[in-house]
Amino acid sequence: MKIAGRKVPFTAYIGGVIVVLALIMILFAPWIAPYPQTKIVGGVWDTPNPHDWLGTDSIGRDMLSRLIYGGRTSVSIALIATCLTMIIGVGLGFVAASTSKLVDNIISRVVDILLAMPILIFGLMVFAVLGTSIPIMIITISVLESTRVFRLARAVAMNITVMDYVQVARLRGEGIGWVIFREILPNALPPLVAEFGLRFCFTFLFIASLSFLGLGIQPPAADWGSMVHDNAQAIAFGGYAPLFPAGAIAIVTIGVNLVVDWLLSIHALPAGAGAEI
Amino acid sequence: MGILRFIAARAALGVLTLFAVSILLYLGTQLLPGDVASALLGQSATPDALAVLRAKLGLNEPAYLRYLHWLWGVLHGNLGNSLTTGTPIAGELMPRLINTLFLAGYAAIIAVPLAVGLGILSAIREGSLMDRLASILSLAAISFPEFFVSYILIVVFASQLGWLPSLATVYDGMGFWDRVDATTLPAITLTLVVVAHMLRMTRTSTLAVMSAPYVETAFLKGLSRSRVVLSHALPNALAPIINVVAINLAYLVVGVVVVEVVFVYPGVGQLMVDAVTKRDLPTVQACGLVFAIVFIGLNTIADICSALANPRLRSRKRQ
Repeated sequence: MKIAGRKVPFTAYIGGVIVVLALIMILFAPWIAPYPQTKIVGGVWDTPNPHDWLGTDSIGRDMLSRLIYGGRTSVSIALIATCLTMIIGVGLGFVAASTSKLVDNIISRVVDILLAMPILIFGLMVFAVLGTSIPIMIITISVLESTRVFRLARAVAMNITVMDYVQVARLRGEGIGWVIFREILPNALPPLVAEFGLRFCFTFLFIASLSFLGLGIQPPAADWGSMVHDNAQAIAFGGYAPLFPAGAIAIVTIGVNLVVDWLLSIHALPAGAGAEI
Repeated sequence: MGILRFIAARAALGVLTLFAVSILLYLGTQLLPGDVASALLGQSATPDALAVLRAKLGLNEPAYLRYLHWLWGVLHGNLGNSLTTGTPIAGELMPRLINTLFLAGYAAIIAVPLAVGLGILSAIREGSLMDRLASILSLAAISFPEFFVSYILIVVFASQLGWLPSLATVYDGMGFWDRVDATTLPAITLTLVVVAHMLRMTRTSTLAVMSAPYVETAFLKGLSRSRVVLSHALPNALAPIINVVAINLAYLVVGVVVVEVVFVYPGVGQLMVDAVTKRDLPTVQACGLVFAIVFIGLNTIADICSALANPRLRSRKRQ
């Protein structure tokens, strides 16, 4: 199969299959999961057996069912946060590139300060002040991460604003809204789609880490990060329970990364361009 | 002269950034609904108790004055008192900072030579089996959460093989080698996390220089590929490599947060996470400030070093 005149590499197929399976799993969780997510079906940290394929968790709930339901929370929250990140980052980036120099300078300097620190440190600071809840987490992550998207969106838009057709649109008397949505956006779309994938990976891992630290998604909602947190003690008793949710996080991230690598190779952007801290 | 001026300007920019971040870290606490005193005493606090605590914490002053007081204290080594224990934060923070730096340093000693060496090697043998292995490794390192890597290492090396302890317990007066032994697993985890990015960037920046005309000339002279890479391409690729190494070192110091929690290692990261759960704001601020100093400091050093390695960067900045 060929897309955009190139053969689709084998790795992209693997990535695609993983992404599709994950989507099916989270969309149809209640029909796929063998048990309800809160039902206690066995002892504490039972090893995998024909009854519970992946064993049980710290209070005897079926690990596989928890994983399937947990994926719902983890993936959907990461998706919402990524969408918000892209909207804020791309919006500000385009505005900075297509309005006055002063606006560009103000936004860019504020972004520089936020870029001077890792997201985790600023994030922890905000959670210390406002406490942890899902809306606060999503908004904080989106605002902090949009600074990374901003730089890309601004750079891409800068290259487009100097094009003749943008000048023509301006001379024609079109407003800023037209310029951004009708002239810049369609031409900037390909790199932004790849960036969306990379940001999703980053957000997904970041939320998982927060939940693992006990600061992200709070019980009773199951999500993969907090499942690792809850089952971490099993390791001390020679069990493997935390490896299942942790592995699920890794597999989904690899899947999305493989697809993104393929998207990036189509648009000839450097690989790993988004592996930014 | 040009170099000195560049260094001075870059250092000044670093201090300025740090100043801006410190303002942000401090004013962040002003977002609180109510204030620290009411957060501390909870719902059932009497107005009298609140007033006393506000006076004690200096909350009756305007925000900018409080910030200046805080900054003045910090510059004199006084980070304030913890809200939960009431003891000075500096005394709690210093030994933990040394622990964190020890762990990050240990990981850096393994990671930097490994990543740069493998990166150059995969640039020399582009497309070979080793090159492909390196790119799979980087994909894994970018995709695996730190705790996944940690738990796999614990299961293999601590639970199954029993070679290394699964918890990084350290205490005062511990011998150097005991400490090394206890922190080996967390150090390996950190190494695996940062090595991929460094490796990939080393390889990319070496290969980027490889397409320059003078490298082609060197090939046409009949030099071997390894000779071309090492003595012709590498010196010009050095600036980005130094930069990425320093950025990853900065990440090591900050990225330890999750690893410290997994291995129950008494470092700054763990202190910060604990303080966030207890909403002990002064401690969180102090930890954030320490991380900011290390992170911005290393980034500044990175810029200066890569300018030293590449005169063209200096002159471009001066324009």
